[in-house]
Amino acid sequence: MIQVTGLTKQYGPRKAIDNLNFDVKRGEIVGFLGPNGAGKSTTMKIITAFTPASEGTVVVNGHDVFEEPIEVKRAIGYLPENPPIYMEMTVSDYLEFAARLNQVPKNLLKRQVDWALQKTNIGDVRGRIIGNLSKGYKQRVGLAQALVHNPAVLVLDEPTVGLDPKQIIEIRELIKSLAGEHTIILSSHILPEVTATCGRIIVINHGKIVAEDTIDGLTLRLKKGLLLQMTVKEAHAEGLAAIRAVPGVLGVAATGPKLVIDLAPNQGEIRDLVARAAVEKGMGILEFGSEKVSLEEIFLQLTTTESDTSLIDPSSKGVTS
Amino acid sequence: MKASNVWTIARRDFRSYFNTPVAYIILALFLAIMGYMFFNMLAYFNEQAMNYQTYNMGKAMSISEGVIRPLYGNMNVILLFFTPAITMRLFAEERKNQTIQLLMTAPVSLTDIVCGKFLSAVLFVAVMLGATLIYPAVVMIFGNPDVGTIATSLLGTFFLTCCLLATGILFSAMTENQIVAVFLTICVNFLLWIISWSAYSAGPVWSDVLMHLSLINHFMPFSQGIISTPDVIYFISFIFLGLFLTHRVLDSYRWR
Repeated sequence: MIQVTGLTKQYGPRKAIDNLNFDVKRGEIVGFLGPNGAGKSTTMKIITAFTPASEGTVVVNGHDVFEEPIEVKRAIGYLPENPPIYMEMTVSDYLEFAARLNQVPKNLLKRQVDWALQKTNIGDVRGRIIGNLSKGYKQRVGLAQALVHNPAVLVLDEPTVGLDPKQIIEIRELIKSLAGEHTIILSSHILPEVTATCGRIIVINHGKIVAEDTIDGLTLRLKKGLLLQMTVKEAHAEGLAAIRAVPGVLGVAATGPKLVIDLAPNQGEIRDLVARAAVEKGMGILEFGSEKVSLEEIFLQLTTTESDTSLIDPSSKGVTS
Repeated sequence: MKASNVWTIARRDFRSYFNTPVAYIILALFLAIMGYMFFNMLAYFNEQAMNYQTYNMGKAMSISEGVIRPLYGNMNVILLFFTPAITMRLFAEERKNQTIQLLMTAPVSLTDIVCGKFLSAVLFVAVMLGATLIYPAVVMIFGNPDVGTIATSLLGTFFLTCCLLATGILFSAMTENQIVAVFLTICVNFLLWIISWSAYSAGPVWSDVLMHLSLINHFMPFSQGIISTPDVIYFISFIFLGLFLTHRVLDSYRWR
């Protein structure tokens, strides 16, 4: 349904996102997880044809966003970070406008508006001025706007921000109920949010994909998998390749003399093989240790640490590849 | 460009004028000022006409020349200051509230959006000008003005105002700040208005160019009952240029 290939967006010298690659299948719910400023919104803006990419392509429903933006926009319902609502309009007028903009045929306008109102549970405020509604209602009006033309793809940027716990559960249920016939990408910086709704998670940080897996796979891998830290005298390509070649090693990332080696689950006993590979290639081990990390922990690190002092350097490739 | 998309956008923006105090304030103030002007012009014309009659000073001034022409001439000046208030919010507010994302991610073209927004402002101006028809109506009840002159004056005012709106929509697209949009619009429109002033000191070629650029110079024939093609072409190309630049400005934001 959605194919993202080599996607890069540059703002001046800064890369907001850097070479993203992922696919979303029809009917899937994919969660975009990452701290603020990770590039989630930028990616979504490119997918919805709001901003053009600097490099790379996005194909939605068989249409390239750059070549056929109108077709792509027709297939997508988009809820931006700040719901794009007109404060002076009533809820039903606003939804009718959104439906018209999205080319809903005239005879279906009322039906679609009613359906969106009912789905997002805001029928009781349909006649109210949006500006007078509470934050939670405004958010749901924004969501109703994304739904109103029953799009094949839903792109939801932080859909539950500003809602109270009860509403959050309702919205999550709603999103889950939409899976199957709709393909959904939602972003969040809240871990439980994506684990509650998404079938698959893409963890993104500093504009790069750090991990991509199902919830179970990711949890399993991060709970049971080991990250080895190694400080060597001299890191060189030959040595790194030798470590990579050890069966059970998923990836090696080098930041200067510091290496982070990612092991597959239950492969703790290959540590000696890793060490031997490093020594045989003459890299000279100064320090060697390991640490278990859970998804929550890796995420905490992603959100709270600077990249240059980070245990897992997210700007270097290959941590989980 | 798709007419139904343009209409969808125009309709929402037009309604939004009336859902906020903007429309009522603009209409009320505009009509109050125009009413005041009309009353005084009529009173002055009355006095003049009586003087002519009393002292038999030859052919009296016609009511078209004495009331209608200055009425519409002044209306254009007033509109110069009122139109920025109509256009300022069109894009500046959308960008500030980020509602522009709704339009930009809907399956409509940027041309649809620009034309829809422009159309809403034009419709609002049509309402304003429609309300001023009361003045010629009063004149027609009590006098015998030239209907043709009224019609061309109205048409000329409409064209000129659309030009003012085109500048306004451009500056509204350029900034998120509505105050900035207002001041830029007034200043640029005013400069284009009086650009012919420097024609007197400019050389022969430049003098023609400057005279031709001036907004008000193209309105003058209309107020005399003349519709000339070059003036109409000037107005239409002015509007087209304004909307085209707006389109380019909005498109360029997507790339940043």
